[in-house]
Amino acid sequence: MDNNLTKIYNRSLKGPLIFFVVIMLLPFIFQSNNYILSTFIMIGFYSLVTTGLTLLIGYAGQISLGHAAFYGIGAYTSAYFTATLQMPSWIGILVGAIIASLVSLIIGIPVFKLKGHYLALATLGFGVIIFTFFKEWKTITGGLNGFFGIPPLSLFGISFSTDFQFYFLIWIFVFLGIFFARNIVQSRVGRALMSIHGSEIASEAIGININKYKLQIFVLSAVYASIAGSLYAHYVTFINPQLFEMMTSIYFLIMVVIGGIGNIWGGLIGAAIYVFLGELLKDIVPKIIPNASGEFEIVFFGVLLVVILIYMPNGISKAIFHFIKRITSNFKNKPVSAFSKKSTGSDIHD
Amino acid sequence: MLVVDNLHTYHGYLHVLKGIHFEIKQGEIFAMVGSNGAGKSTLLGTIAGIYKPRSGTIVFENEEISYGKVEKIVEKGICLVPERRQIFDDLSVKDNLLLGSYHRYKNDKKSVMEDFEQVLDFFPKLKTMLDRPGGLLSGGEQQMVAIGRGLMAKPKLMMLDEPSLGLAPLIVKDIMNILKQMKKTFGTTILLIEQNVKAALQIADHACVLDRGEIVIQGKASDLLEDEKIKDTYLGISKKERLKL
Repeated sequence: MDNNLTKIYNRSLKGPLIFFVVIMLLPFIFQSNNYILSTFIMIGFYSLVTTGLTLLIGYAGQISLGHAAFYGIGAYTSAYFTATLQMPSWIGILVGAIIASLVSLIIGIPVFKLKGHYLALATLGFGVIIFTFFKEWKTITGGLNGFFGIPPLSLFGISFSTDFQFYFLIWIFVFLGIFFARNIVQSRVGRALMSIHGSEIASEAIGININKYKLQIFVLSAVYASIAGSLYAHYVTFINPQLFEMMTSIYFLIMVVIGGIGNIWGGLIGAAIYVFLGELLKDIVPKIIPNASGEFEIVFFGVLLVVILIYMPNGISKAIFHFIKRITSNFKNKPVSAFSKKSTGSDIHD
Repeated sequence: MLVVDNLHTYHGYLHVLKGIHFEIKQGEIFAMVGSNGAGKSTLLGTIAGIYKPRSGTIVFENEEISYGKVEKIVEKGICLVPERRQIFDDLSVKDNLLLGSYHRYKNDKKSVMEDFEQVLDFFPKLKTMLDRPGGLLSGGEQQMVAIGRGLMAKPKLMMLDEPSLGLAPLIVKDIMNILKQMKKTFGTTILLIEQNVKAALQIADHACVLDRGEIVIQGKASDLLEDEKIKDTYLGISKKERLKL
């Protein structure tokens, strides 16, 4: 019997590495197509946020409907530090992450005393408060007029001003984020998080400080969102408060649920589905309903969410991984054909 | 080993434990019986640090733990196997067991590994289902995992909250035998809370009856098994029926 503790989880990097190589080769194929590159870049931003959210929602079993606020904190801090204070980009990203972690810590202490619907409402309220700050703190954020002139990202002397360059940067961040999250999940801390998700009473009974873990993972997910927000601000070079309103938080949640809350790759898969379907809808819907406004998107994703929750409660990632597993195991244990020479009845008598 | 003195615990305004006093000696099985709402689970929760007492003291191995944090109390060697097993449905049996040693895992992986094997030797059935999600096990198997998870904490005192709840009579017998074996093999002191009074008193050394937050009878388990009041109230055998027999 295999009791080796190091083999509790599948730590093989083969699958992730293959995926990483494919993702890194894509821009060379679509080098001239900025539309495709920018679509993938958007997937990257959302993937970063949703990976953090997956840790919070999928593993620790807590909910947040206010993560757009942390995304916005990162974006505005980077914008302010680089455009207004003329400081290097990495300082903006770092300060954004620090502010997001401090805010999440201050908010998290009282908020995580709540559970279920009350927790969802409290985080929703927090998101609305921060959105109001973005809107009203005009001297810093520019209010509803937005924040203009954010410089392109420049890290250690390298400027990421084109889609082609930015693509590599964001996806390296995404993979680092997923890799870090994967290490957390496949550890003692990950088990503790999942136990909190399973039963708070039982987790407490075995000596897990549930409040500490809930708070730590909330702060970590806020940092993920903040870094994504900082990178986003540098990419689009213009931000306004509406980008970080309540609906954005809901979309993040939809991405996590569609992708699959119990899988660290679920965030990425959910983000990809959300962005691709969103783009597809923008193309298709006007052809069917000529005067349709942007609101159709939420209706569509609302329906999709319900369908996924009913038919795939573990999300699409689970179905995809199940499919891959089936294919690879079929490939490895290729069955011997009943009609092959070896299995014919005559062989038995040989 | 454990001395609980004049313990009062409230749930909001509800006075649940009203001056509890009892003592458990090292290496014994102490059974606490009582009907629903007597305060049994609250008592275990208070000893484990999940609920804070309003007044009174809990002394474990000459150290007061009345207002200690749960994780510190677990580290001192007290573990709680909660009511209805509360095993983690989505986690594998292996993960469930390893979570029991959560507080030691970081610094003492080797010893955790040894304990893991020891627990599997104690529950050989679990060896065959290590990768199975906890939620897919039967009630009896889940109880084994819950007790195994408790053992992984290497407790000096294990508190079990109604381990027989919802289990078939034969399985209850198995679980009670497991507790007796556990005391013998690991030398674990056991505080057992049960509604199945007969089963609990049969394996216990000492016992008490908790009624509406107060201990009403206390003594040797064998004496309690013969107590008229207990026979009438908890074993469902009235004096009249006994005379008929």
